[in-house]
Amino acid sequence: MNDALPTERPDPDALLRSIATADARARRGKLRLYFGASAGVGKTYAMLAAARVQQAQGLRVLAGVVETHGRHDTAALLEGMEQLPRKDVSYRGHLLKEFDLEGAIALRPDLILVDELAHSNAAGSRHAKRWQDVEELLGEGIDVWTTLNAQHLESLNEAVSSITGVQVWETVPDKVFDAADEVVLIDLPADELLRRLQDGKVYLPDQARHAASNFFRKGNLIALRELALRRTADRVDDDVLAYRRDRAIDAVWRTREAVVACIGPENDVDHIVRSAHRLARELDCDLHVVTMEVPRIAPYSKRERGVLQTGMALADTLGAQTETLPGNDMVTALVSYVRRHNITKVVVGRTAGSRRWTPISWLARLISPVGVVRHKSFADLLALQCPEVDVIRLAASTHVEARVTTAEPGRLAPAEVAATLAVSWPGYCWAAVYCGVAVAVSLLAFTVLHQTNIVMLFLLAVVGVALRHGRGPAAFASVLAVAAFDFFFVTPLRSFAVSDVQYLVTFFVMLAVGLLIGQLTAGLRSQAITSVQRENHARALYEFARELSSSLLPEQIVASAGSFVRASFQSRCALFIMDDDNKVQAAITDVDDLPPPDAALAQWVCDHGQPAGTGTDTLSASSWLYLPLKAPMRTRGVLAVESSNHPTLGQLDMRRQLDACATLIAIALERLHYVDIAQKALISMESEKLRGSLLAAISHDLRTPLTSLVGMADNLLNGEPALPPERHEIVAAMRTQTLRMRTMVVNLLDMARLQSRAVPVRMEWQSVEEIVGAALADMRDALGGHEVTVSPLSLLPLVECDGVLIERVLCNLLENASKYAPPGTRVHIAAQVDGTELHVSVADDGPGVPAGSERAIFEKFTRGERESATTGVGLGLAICEAIIGIHHGRIWVETAAPDYAGARFVFTLPLGVEPTPYPEPLV
Amino acid sequence: MFDFQPTILLIEDEPDIRRFVSTALRAEGCLIHEAETLKRGMIEASTRPPDIVVLDLGLPDGDGMTIIRELRGWTEVPILVLSARTSQSDKIAALDAGADDYLTKPFGVGELVARLRVLLRRRVRSGADGTTEIVFGDVVVDFAKRVVTRAGLPLHLTAIEYRLLAVLLAHRGKVMTHRELLREVWGPAHIESTHYLRIYMGHLRQKLEVDAAQPAYLMTEIGIGYRFAG
Repeated sequence: MNDALPTERPDPDALLRSIATADARARRGKLRLYFGASAGVGKTYAMLAAARVQQAQGLRVLAGVVETHGRHDTAALLEGMEQLPRKDVSYRGHLLKEFDLEGAIALRPDLILVDELAHSNAAGSRHAKRWQDVEELLGEGIDVWTTLNAQHLESLNEAVSSITGVQVWETVPDKVFDAADEVVLIDLPADELLRRLQDGKVYLPDQARHAASNFFRKGNLIALRELALRRTADRVDDDVLAYRRDRAIDAVWRTREAVVACIGPENDVDHIVRSAHRLARELDCDLHVVTMEVPRIAPYSKRERGVLQTGMALADTLGAQTETLPGNDMVTALVSYVRRHNITKVVVGRTAGSRRWTPISWLARLISPVGVVRHKSFADLLALQCPEVDVIRLAASTHVEARVTTAEPGRLAPAEVAATLAVSWPGYCWAAVYCGVAVAVSLLAFTVLHQTNIVMLFLLAVVGVALRHGRGPAAFASVLAVAAFDFFFVTPLRSFAVSDVQYLVTFFVMLAVGLLIGQLTAGLRSQAITSVQRENHARALYEFARELSSSLLPEQIVASAGSFVRASFQSRCALFIMDDDNKVQAAITDVDDLPPPDAALAQWVCDHGQPAGTGTDTLSASSWLYLPLKAPMRTRGVLAVESSNHPTLGQLDMRRQLDACATLIAIALERLHYVDIAQKALISMESEKLRGSLLAAISHDLRTPLTSLVGMADNLLNGEPALPPERHEIVAAMRTQTLRMRTMVVNLLDMARLQSRAVPVRMEWQSVEEIVGAALADMRDALGGHEVTVSPLSLLPLVECDGVLIERVLCNLLENASKYAPPGTRVHIAAQVDGTELHVSVADDGPGVPAGSERAIFEKFTRGERESATTGVGLGLAICEAIIGIHHGRIWVETAAPDYAGARFVFTLPLGVEPTPYPEPLV
Repeated sequence: MFDFQPTILLIEDEPDIRRFVSTALRAEGCLIHEAETLKRGMIEASTRPPDIVVLDLGLPDGDGMTIIRELRGWTEVPILVLSARTSQSDKIAALDAGADDYLTKPFGVGELVARLRVLLRRRVRSGADGTTEIVFGDVVVDFAKRVVTRAGLPLHLTAIEYRLLAVLLAHRGKVMTHRELLREVWGPAHIESTHYLRIYMGHLRQKLEVDAAQPAYLMTEIGIGYRFAG
């Protein structure tokens, strides 16, 4: 029983997730994908045919982009359909016709057809890829139909290229495919497709014609068809699973698996990430992709860093969670990550943890004490330290070279190469100088020093060079040192010739030790520099956070952000802060003569909560990077960082730092926002309290003299000796008038209270019978002359209201009845349930309400009969209306005919769900 | 007219009100001691023990609540509160602290005298014969036998209904706040469940009153509590 319980229950997180997704989906447009194994299967045709059916049913269908490829039957389907004109984009002198996203959004069709989802937009468009355009259309609530070929799907891309040998660069992330509401598979047997190809029914661009002969082979087509079918079948599986999750049909709730892929720069990262992604998809679990940042002998080269970043970017597009793990030891760092995230499977490459063979690394491994352990592979060590996870070692991929995309920032720009070299040259010169000094000193002391010690002097020089000038110069110094030693101090002197072969060993050891010490020292130095940099970054962030936490005005935040970005990134920045109307307002810090950031783009970033500009998918040509300031509650604005003198701004670690900065600013802005709200609330609370005590004071001061007046009149009336009859009458009239005065004062004060909302409303479950009873008891004197009847009330449900206020309403209605209906006539109180409301009515035999003034009598200072002797200022009904309004009910007057001669006042109270009564055991 | 000459302590700072109240009560045959401050009131109450205390809540030298708590420390003397405040919470607080009844200003002399009479009658009765029967209208409640009859016929009350009736009868004339009743009948865990009271008071009225909508005995003090009148 106990064992069965947890398995039967759906995972609450999963349910919440599916609710959140369903919520977001309800607002979004629907995406239908026409999916095919290859070009030529008839996706566009099928899409158009289906769209015509929709159009015939009255939907407004817009053909956004439809490639007919000059085929007549397809073009015929387009006739009579609204078509979106293409936008002209000039790119490198060519005029390209591109999909007009803004135009499509402006037209707001019910359904838009966008062919070729994998298309890459021309540079300068808002998004780099068409699938991003489609995402935005969906976000605007427009339904989209589109087409996609199997080889363009990111996760199939590698498989397709290995089958067909044709590399395709335009890909669509799997998340788009998985998030599509409908996938329609257009299936065509391979033979049929080949026949269509021969008949010339399949369009092929000229340049692709020669590739096509390789591509459209029967074997390829069968394989492609299988891939497409399988991928679609997987999707159907997911749908079934989602359905089960919703209905909790049976007990397949296993504990969540999670896969982590571990990549290094030397691995075939593409292969590892894709394989891990496939595995994660098959297990239906989360994917993590991590890379390690541990102290190394040699830091990553620019190329290596580029490879890593490409891998991480790919992981991001595949929807993985990415992380760079710091630590002293790769295995320990990974094990702690695995434990923290409950990961069940670790995927590593065949070469993970080992390095390319270089003489240096080989030597290091030979000598390093750790090197002994390193004989075991990374995977073995991991399995040893963390026996509870599966370690999966991938077979080496056929692709040797990792794919580096064009947008990849790791590739060196020529200027950067020059800069690296320019920095290095003085180092090499210094290496020569150090060696020269060593030679000079040794020459001076040649007679005193033994040759061994001279070697030591040279090694000292190498260490010095490594310490000051890094790796290259150190290696150069090592070689130079050996040469100089040979030339100056080994017989025959002043010659590179060697008489004693023993010296060859000396040279070799000297060179080896020199290189090794040099590399180690340089490695230490670069590590020290990195850690100092990192510490500086951390300190800067900390100081920034402290500064932000003490800011009380948006201007202070803007100033802090400006100085932080200037100090940490040597860039200028601008802040856009969202105002109450969801419009961004520029709060620019220091943009002098530069092109200012684009406010419209900032607005877009703020609305969509996505970054844009340099290094992102959106308008990457911009010279600014726009980051949304996402706070826990909502996006608070945009941070724009100018990137023209900082080309590395888009890089991963830089972006992390900037993201952290943006988050800090966002939280600070949100804090200010809530401080503001709290202050306003405090002010309004204070003023309400003040009003309340003012009214209470007035009430007290008015009541006290009235009490005395009534009491003294009573004394006169009851006192001994009795008053003469005419005086008795006068005093009695005084008393009556005082009591009326009291009613008026009470009404005026109550109205003031109700209007200033100084009345505390205490909602409780009340019995109508009780309230009517209390009201009748209060009004007994006033109703003395009337015949009051009450319909049976004891079976009515309890109703949630403030008993005191509702009694007040009833008293006012009864008082009106007693005032306007002549004594001796009838007054009737009734209540009944009507749907979800309770109706309470007071009917009388009075003159009724003049026709046309049924609403006006509820106004303040309005009375039934203008010039009558009846007292009152006409506040009673206004008070009733205010009270009923507080209770979300209605009040009105109607004629009481035929049962009664006068008016019937009716008010309603909403009925809720009654609370459970006290469970009393039956006696 | 009262059955005997009761001693009444009137604590009120407003001279006019003090004057008319004492005039009216003297005319009814009462002995009046007046006090205009809290301090004087305490001295009067301890030196000349009254049969009843009439107390204004707003006094110049402090809150009337203090005196209620002080008095309840050593005496069960009935306390009638006069209040110029309309908010229910002040009255509830006074009643919870131990006051027996309240009157909202302005009030008529007749009303005041009627309330005082009820309170005094209870005081007299509680010290009297030791009978276990209470009679009101055509209803007889016999506490010894735990039997309730109406017009001679036995009346079935549930355990809760009987307990609620017993608590109300034990404090005849006193306004029992919702909290007091809930605590005594249902226990301290239920003092917020006012809807229990509404339901059971409805049942009691159905069984004991002639017209449940216009009760003669089980009176509602709206927003405050209930009182057994008579």
